[in-house]
Amino acid sequence: MLPRAYLKIDQVCRSFQRGPTTSEVLKDVSVTIDKGEYVSIIGHSGCGKSTLLNMIAGLLPVSSGGILLEDREVNSPGPDRAVVFQNHSLLPWLTVYDNVRLAVNKVFSNTKKKAERHEWTMHNLDLVQMAHAKDKRPSEISGGMKQRVGIARALAMEPKVLLLDEPFGALDALTRAHLQDSVMQIHAALKNTVIMITHDVDEAVLLSDRIIMLTNGPAARIGEIANVDLARPRRRLELASNANYIGAREAVLRFLYERHHFVEAA
Amino acid sequence: MPLPVAKADVKAEAEVPAKVLALPLKKTSLMKNFAPGMRDLASRIIPPLVMTGAFLLIWQMLCAKQGATLPAPSVVWREASDLITQPFFILGPQDIGLGWRVLTSLQRVMFGFGLAAIVGVFVGALIGQSVWAMRGLDPIFQVMRTVPPLAWLPISLAAFRDSNPSAIFVIFITSIWPIIINTAVGIRNIPQDYRNVAAVLRLNHLEFFVKIMIPSAAPYIFTGLRIGIGLAWLAIVAAEMLTGGVGIGFFIWDAWNSSRLPDIVVALIYIGIVGFILDRIVGAIGELATRGTAAA
Repeated sequence: MLPRAYLKIDQVCRSFQRGPTTSEVLKDVSVTIDKGEYVSIIGHSGCGKSTLLNMIAGLLPVSSGGILLEDREVNSPGPDRAVVFQNHSLLPWLTVYDNVRLAVNKVFSNTKKKAERHEWTMHNLDLVQMAHAKDKRPSEISGGMKQRVGIARALAMEPKVLLLDEPFGALDALTRAHLQDSVMQIHAALKNTVIMITHDVDEAVLLSDRIIMLTNGPAARIGEIANVDLARPRRRLELASNANYIGAREAVLRFLYERHHFVEAA
Repeated sequence: MPLPVAKADVKAEAEVPAKVLALPLKKTSLMKNFAPGMRDLASRIIPPLVMTGAFLLIWQMLCAKQGATLPAPSVVWREASDLITQPFFILGPQDIGLGWRVLTSLQRVMFGFGLAAIVGVFVGALIGQSVWAMRGLDPIFQVMRTVPPLAWLPISLAAFRDSNPSAIFVIFITSIWPIIINTAVGIRNIPQDYRNVAAVLRLNHLEFFVKIMIPSAAPYIFTGLRIGIGLAWLAIVAAEMLTGGVGIGFFIWDAWNSSRLPDIVVALIYIGIVGFILDRIVGAIGELATRGTAAA
């Protein structure tokens, strides 16, 4: 018998119906992801990256095929697949602490006592170095800080799979590098399974074990999967001259700009 | 033991002159800080005072002539100053200060408006969640909301057969529409992001209502409540003129019937000021309750 996959995405198709016309976004996407793996999904905008992530999250139903997490079908959203949204999606009327605490209270309502829930909330804020701002509201902190709190909220749910939807897309380069380092540290410490959407080639190579490259839509499929064979912990400065790093980077760039270059009309 | 205490006392005394010297310095800096604040305050207070004075002057000039039909401010003050200076006297069951009358009216408004707020937010939240209900009910609400408060009075008198519940019902039915409509729009405008967060957390319906819907729609809800309280105050005066009792509305009607025009003028000022305060109170509560939401 084959060893069972941790997360199995099997022949997934997704189409959207608008009036009489049906547009196919994703076609026959199949991939398995192991426990503790960090996988990036990269592709040109509009190719269906977010659609795929939303289906794994359960926010969108699949049109055909199936997604199995530990042999159980994914058909609704849940805290075992926590999402860090691109625009942080913190609730603006709650403080940083309360945003995380809301998730902790909901997920651990039966398993943790009040004091334990408080400690777990603070522990996760510490992980992303945001404990100092626990009483601030989202409008009072910077974009990078908001994203950190978003990550803390997702981590606090102890998800089986952590889904990152272009988590650093809206940040400036320096803040982005800081957050990437934080995510690498957290991944090294907690060994989470992570799926990240990105359109930044360097980010994908730096963070991932594997990079899933999607072809252009409509009816996008997996064009290629690149293995990033680099030891962890990775340091961005040392990687700049690493042959494996350069090789992986080139493979992704060639895929995106040579074979599947973005067609404006599509 | 007593020795160190005595030592400390001496030390404290030795420091006293230094403290005395420091005080005047502090005072001047306080004055310096205070002066711009005062100037700012003055620049806010003086214009309304000037305009109010000008208004009273023009009114006085227009109504001071022989044969003027309306009382001038000086006449109002001469004949009805007791109503202004003593709002809380009780001389008999029907002869009470305007403060008491306003409070009686406010009590009715609080009943009617409180009920409208609770029902309006719930109904608005339900309607806001369904496109079908929104499309179906919105035209009905838009028509109902234009019915003037007094037009409801005969129907409500027929239904309740008593003046007090009728007045409260008129308040309720007048103020509920903006609350329903604004709440429904607020619910419809909840960003998809918050819905996704709720979905990932698997919030149940009640948790979603309390933790996401109400706070997210709060700015809209408070806009509705603010319009609602204004309408409620408009309606109570009109309703009381017809239903009687001890409210401020009936006081005006009573004063008209006994030709006490200065009393009416004073009552109008009371009504205006109370309406203004009600509006500001709801506005302030809204600002407090929606601190984070409005900023984001």
